[in-house]
Formats: sequence, C-alpha cells, structure tokens
Amino acid sequence: MSPMHRVLIPGGGVGGTLTANLLARRLRRRIDRGEVEVVVVDAAGAHVYQPGFMYIAMGGERAERLQKPERALLDSRVRLVIGSVSRVDEVARIVHLEDGAALPYDQLVLATGSRIVPEEIEHFATEAHHFYTADAALRLRRALDAFTGGRIVVGIAGMPYKCPPAPLEVAFLIEAELRERGLREGSEVHFCSPIGRAFTIESVSEMATPILEQKGIELHTFFNVEGIDPARKVVLSLEGEELPYDLLVLVPPHKGAQFLIDSGLAPAPGGWLPTDRHTLRVGGRPNVYALGDATDLPLSKAGSTAHFEAPVVVEGLVAALEGRTPSGKHASYEGRVMCFFEVGDGKGTLLRFDYDHPPKPPKPNQLWHLGKIVFNKTYFHTVPKGRV
Amino acid sequence: MLATASATGTIARTIDARGSYCPGPLMELIRGIRESQVGDVLAVLSSDRGSKIDIPKWVDKAGHRLVALENLDGYDRIVVEKAR
Repeated sequence: MSPMHRVLIPGGGVGGTLTANLLARRLRRRIDRGEVEVVVVDAAGAHVYQPGFMYIAMGGERAERLQKPERALLDSRVRLVIGSVSRVDEVARIVHLEDGAALPYDQLVLATGSRIVPEEIEHFATEAHHFYTADAALRLRRALDAFTGGRIVVGIAGMPYKCPPAPLEVAFLIEAELRERGLREGSEVHFCSPIGRAFTIESVSEMATPILEQKGIELHTFFNVEGIDPARKVVLSLEGEELPYDLLVLVPPHKGAQFLIDSGLAPAPGGWLPTDRHTLRVGGRPNVYALGDATDLPLSKAGSTAHFEAPVVVEGLVAALEGRTPSGKHASYEGRVMCFFEVGDGKGTLLRFDYDHPPKPPKPNQLWHLGKIVFNKTYFHTVPKGRV
Repeated sequence: MLATASATGTIARTIDARGSYCPGPLMELIRGIRESQVGDVLAVLSSDRGSKIDIPKWVDKAGHRLVALENLDGYDRIVVEKAR
C-alpha cells in the first residue's frame, strides 16, 4: 500500500474551508480508504463572515450572527487542527505550530488571508475608527450614534486591503444616514483615495465618482495616509496635504501572515505570496498553492476571489495526485471575481469581472442591495459548503 | 521633453513592477519614496499602460521631480527624484 497522501490547508476562511470541502467531495473514496488525508489548520477554530462587520457599523448586524464553529462547516472527512502556524519547513515538508505540533504534508494550500496592522500608523488606535473587526465596527457605530455634526473623513491607510469597495460603501452609507438623521447640513463628508481616482478599477470609478458628486462627498485623490496629528485633529498625507476631522474612519494597513515571511515563502514587508495568476501555485513550486487574500495577485482581496479560486486549486491538487495535468473548466483561474457594492439609500450594484474583462456595473438599484443582504444572510449555508 | 535615462545621473534604486497592474507600480514607487532620502533618484519599470499617466500625476501632486519617462520594449521606465 502506498503511503498516505496529505493535503494540508492552513486557514479556515472562505478559501481554506471551501477547498477542503470540495476536495473531500472529490476524493471521498480515497479518504475513506485511508489513502488521502485533508487537514485544515485554523488558529481559532471559528469561521467568521468578515463582510458582515461593515453592517455592524452601518446596518444593525450583530457579531454573534457572523461566526460559526469551523468544524460545523467542514465535511466530516476533513480533519480540523486548531492551532497557529509558526513556520513551514519546505525541505522536510512539515508545518510547525506554535504549540509544538508538527504536521507533515505532500501538498500545501496557503489560505492564510490577510491581517490588519493599524499599529503601523501612529495614533491610529486612539484617533481612527475602522470596520475590519467586530469590536471596531461596534465602536464606529457608537461614534456615529454620538455624532451630531462636523467633518467626517473616510480614507485608506494602505494598499492592498480587504474588500476594495468597502470604504466607498461606508462613505455612501454614512452620508445617507446623516441625511436621514437631519445632520447632513451641519456635516461634511470627505473621501480620500490613495490613487488618482475614486477606485482602482476605472469603470467602477466612473460609476462611483458621479455618485460622490451627487451626494456632496468631497473626493481627495492621491491621498496616501502618512500620519495623524491628534492635537490638531488632522490626518496627514504623504503628498503633503492635511485634512481636519471630527470623526475619522480609516481602512487600516494590511499584511499577509508573518509565518509566510519567516518561512521564506513571501517577501517582506507585505508578506503576499508570489502566486501564478492561472495555476495559483506559489513561486513555481509544484506542491504549494495559495488562494484568497494571501496571494499577490492584482485582484480584490475578497471572499469572492477565494470562492472562484478554490475549484482551480482543487483541480490542481487532484490532478497532481493522479499524475496528470489539470483539465476541465477549472484547469486554470481566469481572475473571476463577483461582489456587491452598496451606494446608500437602499441601492446597490454588482461588480463582475475577470483578468480580461473589467466590470460593467449596472445602474444602482434596490435589487442588488437586496441581493447583498440575502447573500449575507445565507452565506454559511451556501459558500463554505460549495453549494453555489 | 524629458531627459533620457542616460542624463539622469545615478539611479539609487530600480523598482521592477513589470507584470503588476494598477495601482501596483504606483504603490511600489510610493513605498520606494518612503524608504529613500531627499535627492535619491528611483526608476520604476511598469508594463501597466496607466502608469505613464498616473505616476507623473502623483509625482507632481507629491512635489517630487519627474526626471525621465521612456517607452521601452513592452514597458515604461519612469525616473523620479525625491525632492522633499
């Protein structure tokens, strides 16, 4: 009997969970015969629906509804190990955990996501709000509740970051809320973009810019956050501008997992894995894949990206196990991403694109807003289990 | 007309952002500028068609100096001096 083939997946987010479940479905007989083992390693053992955080701040969402035990979402054939990865030994093909455990692998799928590093901006913790954790989103909600008028600045303190539309969505939603509460006349809303337009993708920028104008949200381009002066209540840009604020909302800087840098898999300081845009293999290695936020691909860091990448990773893993080249409709990843985009006042639009086809967002309407709400409510029953 | 690369003096650092897409090359340049001293000259290589428009605009806004912009074989070479 040949030795057991081990597929190890650090990361229990969208990418890791879906990859494990799709793999377990395709290899169920081999797993049952003890020829293959699929292992997910997750630090918390909990699966969090991160896009919901924004709705804690803006839409009455509750943190407890955004989290499920990872075990409950995984196929029963997948083994779950709860622990934090400290290092990958590529020579020995072993992943070491902080608790001393050593997990051997034949194929490795890095689904380690991204992490926020607000501490890289001095005074961020005391001056800036964000919506990238449940607690931070709740603090932003409370700050908005206490807001009675003044200057609100929404900006981006580092690229790349999770869910590219989110800061624009928050600016739109805050502006709509101020109108509903009768605070709009006594308030200004400013949106700061690090690049020369409102959004990275040109067609989306062309859709969003007139909405910013219509809502009276002032757009500041080429505003790369360099620091915060808490005494004067101003946010400073690398380009030499200053913007005063009464309420500051900033997307914090993001990085990849530290152990990827420490193991020589990803370059410092960002820690994004050098990933082939079609095969999703890391740095030319035949047995290491990456998906989701962890890659350096020029795509949205969003669950949707991982969702569409997972079947390609699975086909690559199965093909390697069977000694053939990947084939069929998931042989290659073509950059497919799909995400909803809120514009406020109960309206939204849809961004659907791939490497070769930029999005052509439809005119915002109530349907796409409702689509996002339905997706948020049904997520745990659909995406991680591979039902959509 | 901008100076050619040969007239730009010493390049302190070349950032090869070929294969990276908007805003990758600009973000790489911004990181390079943050890590450089005033007077340093940086070269960015970019195959993204938007870079030759976006990067000069950013350089102007940020108060640095565009030293050269060259169209080479399938990519652009943009040379910038950190001015402040």
